[in-house]
Amino acid sequence: MSVNNIPAFIDNIDGRNKKNKLFLGLVIALSVLTVLPIVLIVSKIIINGIGQINFNFFVQTSPDSLQAMSAIANQETIPGGIANGILGTFLIVIVSSAMAIPAGIMIGIYLYENQGRRYSNFLRSTTEILQGVPSIVLGIISYLWVVKNITNGFSAFAGSVALSIMMLPMIIRSTEETMKMIPNEIREAAFAMGTPYHKVILRILIPTGFSGLSTGILLSISRILGETAPLMMTALGSTIINYNITKPTSAVPLLIWEFYNDPNMVKLVWSSALFLMIFVLTLNILSGSLSAKRKTGRKK
Amino acid sequence: MTETLIKTDNPVLKVRDLSISYEAGKFAVKDINADIESKAITAIMGPSGCGKSTLLRAFNRMHELYPDIRTEGTILLDEMDIMKMSTIELRRKVGMVFQRPNPFPTMNIYENVIAGYKLNGIKLKRSERDDIVEKALTEVTLWDEVKDSLFKKGTFLSGGQQQRLCIARALAFNPEVLLLDEPTSALDPISTARIEDLLVNFKKDYTILLVTHNMSQAARISDNSMFMYLGELVEYGKTDTMFTNPKDSRTEGYLTGKFG
Repeated sequence: MSVNNIPAFIDNIDGRNKKNKLFLGLVIALSVLTVLPIVLIVSKIIINGIGQINFNFFVQTSPDSLQAMSAIANQETIPGGIANGILGTFLIVIVSSAMAIPAGIMIGIYLYENQGRRYSNFLRSTTEILQGVPSIVLGIISYLWVVKNITNGFSAFAGSVALSIMMLPMIIRSTEETMKMIPNEIREAAFAMGTPYHKVILRILIPTGFSGLSTGILLSISRILGETAPLMMTALGSTIINYNITKPTSAVPLLIWEFYNDPNMVKLVWSSALFLMIFVLTLNILSGSLSAKRKTGRKK
Repeated sequence: MTETLIKTDNPVLKVRDLSISYEAGKFAVKDINADIESKAITAIMGPSGCGKSTLLRAFNRMHELYPDIRTEGTILLDEMDIMKMSTIELRRKVGMVFQRPNPFPTMNIYENVIAGYKLNGIKLKRSERDDIVEKALTEVTLWDEVKDSLFKKGTFLSGGQQQRLCIARALAFNPEVLLLDEPTSALDPISTARIEDLLVNFKKDYTILLVTHNMSQAARISDNSMFMYLGELVEYGKTDTMFTNPKDSRTEGYLTGKFG
């Protein structure tokens, strides 16, 4: 191309700059539009919810409708709290984690180690399908399996089964991705010392990928924390604090639903939502900082 | 095929009719016969994809980690068929160092050196462990550099130090044979020189097999050299002879830079 052609390009530079600015403005406007709802939601929840947050909110069980009604009539804060929901959520999450984490990590490692085999491809697509199953369907499944046949009644365990099935695909996928990031040399170094396979997994692969694995686990927990529909069919809810996994148990999202259905307790909807939101946010920030550590912590 | 056996009084490894294929009919390593001289450095040279790494890995059966591998023939270590040995026992006797330094990132320097014992569930007394770590690190001349930071992560060392740490990790098992797969190709010239010095020193205690891309490295430090091409062992002999008077035209072509 001859040098003479270049001025023709430069001629149009004003037009290009205008287009650039227009596009930049559009991007900024759209990003503001995206951030706006988040800011509105968070501020609404904080403003409406903060009034009910006090010490009792964390240590007392949920009030009944009558207590709430008289408190509103006397213009007091509603008595009681969501301790039954908080502890129920912990119970259900711990039991589902105990089932989903070991299975998910093992399946993830299996998928990594057996890339391209027919069975692992089948397993991987099954996992993807599982990820797409609506949570309420998992609730129905757990109702049929566990509520009807194992615990013979609504139970925390049934809720845990439904939620652990929800956790599985996320843990499997994040484990497989984490394993891909571990340099193959590390694996070979372990095998070159005659290390048995199970020790390579337990002593080398899992510790090396620890931050990646925890990120996936925390994200999957934060995803199931807010699940309501499957718990309605399985854990059902409870007004008392329950530690028995074979008995009906409350959970924070279940309480929110119950509070929503009771006109006297609408205020508690906001404060419970605030609690749940902060809890999930903390987990997300924690997993974010773990994955940031993974990126910067490794030399080269 | 050319006669590729080296006559040595005391071969520690004997390769007999060794063929390795990744898929049916496609051989990565074809009909290899060779005796490996004890307490000497044997270099394996050849262009990329000639099967030299596969051959090296066959000596401690690391090649079996690849899927669908088929191995025919035998390798004898001290007259014992390694294919019939347990990999734990074999890999204790045949240590390996890789192309890129690969200390375990979750372990500190001390743990890295004794990793082989830990990972195989071998219980040691504290004093025994200390001895092994100090001896291995001294052998690779790393002891003075790291003796005050033994409990720091191995990944904070420089590349050359990391590679010496990996050699120490292999030596901690007190192996008979040390396999090195292009151990200096990721290192700077000074680190390379240090490792070459180490290897020459190790000859009195260990049998060393070295895969290298670097012909001058092979010429500098090896006693015997193998030249492989397309999975075949084209020429095998004393390094001096091979570099000055190669028998096969392909060896000559490679050594003079016509291909490779």
